[in-house]
Amino acid sequence: MAFDSLRLHLSELPGAVPAWQGQTTAAELPDICHAVKVQGGRLAALWGTDEQDHGQGYVLHLALAKPEGMLWLRSALPADQPHYPDLSPIFYPAHRLQRAARDLLGIDAQAADRRPWLRHAAWQATDLPLRHDADAAAVFEQGGDDYAFTTVVGDGVHEIPVGPVHAGTIEPGHFRFSIVGEKVLRLEEHLGYTHKGVDKRFQGMALAEGVRLAGRVSGDSTVAYAWAYCMALESIAAAAPPARALWLRALMLERERIANHLGDLGYLGNDGGLAFGLAQFMRLKEDVLRMNAGLFGHRYMMDCIVPGGVACEPGREGLEAIGAECDALEREVHLLKDIYDDHPGLQDRFLTCGRLTANTASKLGVIGLAGRASAQAWDLRAQARPAPYDVLDARMKTHKNGDVAARVIMRFDEIFESLRLVRSVIEHIGAGEIAVPLPDIPSGRMGLGWVEGWRGESVVALESGEDGRIRSCHAHDPSWQNWPALAFAVFNNIVPDFPLINKSFNLSYSGCDL
Amino acid sequence: MYQLLKQIVRVGIKTEAPPQSDEGLRLLNQRLQQEILGMFAGSLAIRHVDAGSCNGCELEIHMLSNPYYNIEALGIKFVASPRHADLLLVTGPVARNMEVALKRTYDAMPAPKLVVAVGDCGCTGGIFGESYASCGRVANVIAVDVAVPGCPPTPVALLQGILTAISADAKG
Ligand code: SF4
Repeated sequence: MAFDSLRLHLSELPGAVPAWQGQTTAAELPDICHAVKVQGGRLAALWGTDEQDHGQGYVLHLALAKPEGMLWLRSALPADQPHYPDLSPIFYPAHRLQRAARDLLGIDAQAADRRPWLRHAAWQATDLPLRHDADAAAVFEQGGDDYAFTTVVGDGVHEIPVGPVHAGTIEPGHFRFSIVGEKVLRLEEHLGYTHKGVDKRFQGMALAEGVRLAGRVSGDSTVAYAWAYCMALESIAAAAPPARALWLRALMLERERIANHLGDLGYLGNDGGLAFGLAQFMRLKEDVLRMNAGLFGHRYMMDCIVPGGVACEPGREGLEAIGAECDALEREVHLLKDIYDDHPGLQDRFLTCGRLTANTASKLGVIGLAGRASAQAWDLRAQARPAPYDVLDARMKTHKNGDVAARVIMRFDEIFESLRLVRSVIEHIGAGEIAVPLPDIPSGRMGLGWVEGWRGESVVALESGEDGRIRSCHAHDPSWQNWPALAFAVFNNIVPDFPLINKSFNLSYSGCDL
Repeated sequence: MYQLLKQIVRVGIKTEAPPQSDEGLRLLNQRLQQEILGMFAGSLAIRHVDAGSCNGCELEIHMLSNPYYNIEALGIKFVASPRHADLLLVTGPVARNMEVALKRTYDAMPAPKLVVAVGDCGCTGGIFGESYASCGRVANVIAVDVAVPGCPPTPVALLQGILTAISADAKG
């Protein structure tokens, strides 16, 4: 078992991914985290819940990942002093996650950085919106919003503040550049602008309904989140969806990956000065979306994955059409790849730009596509292999350069691999049901969902409450791990390259603002 | 370069008047162009603000610029500053953390200004509703001329919404 050496009392969670749950005291956390790290593990998620309605204090939750599986650790914190040791020296992503948990619940890692993260002006430090006794409809008195950015001083250093409203059609966030001449000395990110209270919103929703909200945590990853949510719920129910539903889920997940990669490749060409690329790739993406609309009833396949299975049946003809589309796409993308590869202007912009070294990526715990482009070999489709990836044999792609060029190559490689996987699904899929009804679910059960979306892994941790409702649900986006990497990647690059570098990561704001 | 030119010629012009059905949408396009010509001298400048969306609506706004819908050919362009904009396209429920930024963007636009709220979230607050973190629908924060439902609305629905906003303005 992946976490045996920790000598904890662990129970295995039923379901699609290898996952275990255990409890520990807060004081033991640094040693445990350290041990997991030494064994090649990492922090996948960190969040808190309020248990005071059950006569307890708070619980700090950690999700620790190894290639073989996930450990969900719970540590009780007393209500009057909900403190726990700062884990950010061990796991870099803990920095912001701890600050977010403090903003919502008041649980405190007592880290050196006392600044809020999600809390801007909508509530004050004494308001704790995620507590059970905070009314979901309550609106708090506005606080002040004077975020203390780190200032860089020196001869000729000046600042460029950007956002939250950006110049293009993208999500809002604030970037503070400290530059000298045109070189970036430091980029500080301030996010949280799209915080919509998703964790609070989940509470009390019907378990069957929660999937719709999960599918709107980050719209471009709706399939990944819906699947992760259903995986968690099906783990609680100890029910497995029919085989055909699992194949269709994988098919949708790979189509989501293909569509997003196509769009990104178009925008990366455009940002590199080749508008031709945008027109070509967006045309291909539109074709994929139209096929989705025709076969699944939604261009982005929102609400197509439901607890117990899937909601749409493309049928034999539909699958054949997808197969034919794969062949056409493969030809077209190869052609465009040759054009990108041979375009000196584009390659000049891509190569060595926005480099994230493997060493830095490893220290930061970078995952997903951006991680793999910097030699971080994490892809749970090829590692923990939740069904049907146990049969599909996904081949992980990695690159060692970590520059924009590497992230472009990753996207090309992953499109080809996804096309292969889609064809493989069509080969393997058998006839049968596409959904089973889930049994009634008692309260107090916990389940975990873990899915490798196009950007990286989506994690959903779910606890059932009374009357088939959600007691708590937390969704974690891979962008938490990867946003800090962007700041390292732009260091020493010129400001005008920032849009290109940013696009090459294409991280989610909504997904981690929640 | 030869490959690139060959690809352009091979793919040809993809822009279509009607994405699915024919005449209805062609009409729409002609009308849209006329409205734009009449009201905005052939050029409508749109500023988009994400006030807290899940990013789903943005994906469809992006698609408006693809060769099929080719929104720029209609004389509509997305601009980087609200000071250059005739119309504000707002997605998402308005996150309370974005309330001030949205109001400031709106204030920075020159009059007369049009506002189109996008998506179920923009229309009603959608699945996120109103809470400690969300002000709900866009109209709770700034004056909205037209609201386009859908989760997310298709590019065609977005075009219709923009058209409606312009024609409403022409009437009033
Ligand atoms: S309407 Fe739908 S797609 Fe648009 S922001 Fe809301 S949830 Fe996302």
